[in-house]
Amino acid sequence: MSAVVGGLTDAARGTATTPTPTPISRRKLTGYFLLLPALAWLAIFFAVPSVQLMATSLYDRSGSLEYGYEMTFAVGNYPAAWTAYATQFGRSFMYAGIATVLAIFLAYPLAYAIAFRAGRFKHLMLVLVIAPFFTSFLVRTLAWNSILADNGFVVGSLKTIGILPEDGRLLASSVAVVAGLTYNFLPFMVLPLYASLEKIDLRLVEAARDLYANGFTAFRKVTLPLSLPGLVAGTLLTFIPASGDYINSQLLGTPKQAMIGNVIDRNFLVILDYPMAAACSVTLMVAIVTMVLFYVRRSGAEELL
Amino acid sequence: MPTDPALRNEVARLARQAGAAGVSRRRFLGGAGLAALAVAAPGLVGCGTQGARQTADSCVSEDLSATERTLHFSNWPLYIDEEEIRRGGQRVTVFPTLERFQAESGITVDYVADVNSNAEFFGVVRNQLADCQPTGRDLFVLTDYMARRMVELGWLQALDMSRMPNVEANLVDSLRSPSWDADRTYSVPWQTGLTGIAYNAKLTGEVSSFEELLTRADLKGKVSLLSEMQDTMIFMLLMTGADPENFNDDEFETALERLKEVTASGQIRRFTGNEYAQDLSKGNIVACEAWSGDVIQLQFDNPDIKFVAPTEGLSLWSDNLLVPNRATHKSNAEDLINFYYQPDVAAELAAWVNYICPVKGAQEAMLEIDPELAENELIFPSDELLANSHGFMSMDQATERRYQQLFSEVVGG
Repeated sequence: MSAVVGGLTDAARGTATTPTPTPISRRKLTGYFLLLPALAWLAIFFAVPSVQLMATSLYDRSGSLEYGYEMTFAVGNYPAAWTAYATQFGRSFMYAGIATVLAIFLAYPLAYAIAFRAGRFKHLMLVLVIAPFFTSFLVRTLAWNSILADNGFVVGSLKTIGILPEDGRLLASSVAVVAGLTYNFLPFMVLPLYASLEKIDLRLVEAARDLYANGFTAFRKVTLPLSLPGLVAGTLLTFIPASGDYINSQLLGTPKQAMIGNVIDRNFLVILDYPMAAACSVTLMVAIVTMVLFYVRRSGAEELL
Repeated sequence: MPTDPALRNEVARLARQAGAAGVSRRRFLGGAGLAALAVAAPGLVGCGTQGARQTADSCVSEDLSATERTLHFSNWPLYIDEEEIRRGGQRVTVFPTLERFQAESGITVDYVADVNSNAEFFGVVRNQLADCQPTGRDLFVLTDYMARRMVELGWLQALDMSRMPNVEANLVDSLRSPSWDADRTYSVPWQTGLTGIAYNAKLTGEVSSFEELLTRADLKGKVSLLSEMQDTMIFMLLMTGADPENFNDDEFETALERLKEVTASGQIRRFTGNEYAQDLSKGNIVACEAWSGDVIQLQFDNPDIKFVAPTEGLSLWSDNLLVPNRATHKSNAEDLINFYYQPDVAAELAAWVNYICPVKGAQEAMLEIDPELAENELIFPSDELLANSHGFMSMDQATERRYQQLFSEVVGG
């Protein structure tokens, strides 16, 4: 750092008409060295498994664990996976999409309140948002089993006011699965939203009001655009894991709510059809990346990438 | 912007350089990534995989039991007698029978309850065993069909029956020669269980058969079945008139068709693992396919939960003690197995886990611990109950995979 500062002051004195590039390039190298651990991590835990996964998806499906798989570049595995599991793919993205939208509507007011209205309770509220993470994902999901129980308070109340028919239920339905997804990934929406809202200079909102914007217009023209990076980040952090999730549909759903994660799980662990499972995984990955790229481009938040 | 032209030039140069560095960094990272892929890809992609089957010659294990008095034992949760005691001012959970074994034998047992499902555990040890690598475990417990798969893959070490006289003497006759391990060369039962029907007597009348479970209108949407294929298909095959120990593709498809109908009609609410216990005691379901030991444990808290042997028959299974390849403490494992085949130890274990005890003489020993449990048919079943029990046909891997696939289409995923 001091070398750079030195370089600048030299330049300021006007002595360095042919400046030596050494300080800059050393700094550049330091950057790369600092990157090495992360790169090694990525290579070992992401690049290699991804290649392995792609390779597995192209194995001949007539092979088996027992006798081994042959690499035949069987691209036919992909259409086979798409036709066999089109409904589960569609359902995953639909559930994840609904859960993300619900999470936005729940998280935005909450993050807004924490950032601007919580006062001395700000830290307490943040802790409360994170608190569920102190128990396991499984336990949190099973808790919904109690909340939505057939003889429970929620179902009883909904029946009384006639929203739910007399023989209706919430558990083991799409409602339960989407509710579970929304709940489980809500903190991932709240935290980035809070981070971007908290940074907003409130004087900008004041200025908007001074210029005769009403509350809603000030929100729409100032607060919302400035919180967009948090909104986009939150959407990604919610949508991506939700589309691959299989615990919620397994514990709160029925076969009619099976998501692509359940398909991959069963293919890997029970059916032992590794190429099929890999083809589904790769498809899911590519589909998500495509959707994310499209979404980020549209929302103009490329700096997140 | 600085007004001094020299300074302005310098700033512009720095900005340019920073810009150039930015581009080259991105290019560098992209290039590095591609290079890494280019190096890794052919190695990973080129060759496919080797077969996972091992033989006694291809995978040789060493036994260090004489010098290392330790044993790494992986079991299912809540599958051994537990007791909470205060030790050094802290509450700790101990396993009384295991403590006794350690004291008597001088072998330190590292007991871990990390088997949550057969399929999942298979996923955990698959890569090591396929490559003849150590799994870090000397002994683990898996259900019949998974044990059979491991025997077929050659992933287990043959046990020395001469070192386990108690097993030789006390293993109940009906479990001595399963089709997949006729001489019990590779496996010894830990506990055995029955699959049947459980119902909540407070919420429904008796459910005495699978036919009722799957057709009675008052149970619609309040019934769950088990998500393991063998468990559920045994009953579907029995219901459609086939023999679960000897059936063909057509019979399997007929039985599956029946399952598909009752699932589509909404009669069946879910397919579950152990979590049916929670649903049943809460009343989310009123009747379900269930495992006998679970039901006895549920009954302690809720006497309304009943277990019935369905009129179609029962399904009998075992969870088996297995020693994987490259486990280095086989003799220690054999000592432990031999220890648990003493009738009084077996009774103590059965009194806690409530599954069927595979040890002769344990029923007499149980009289001293808990006479009521000694009379319980679900822990010490009568011969006539066992006579109506069925196992699942042994089949090759390809057939099993095809059946699993078809079954998965119905249960979702």
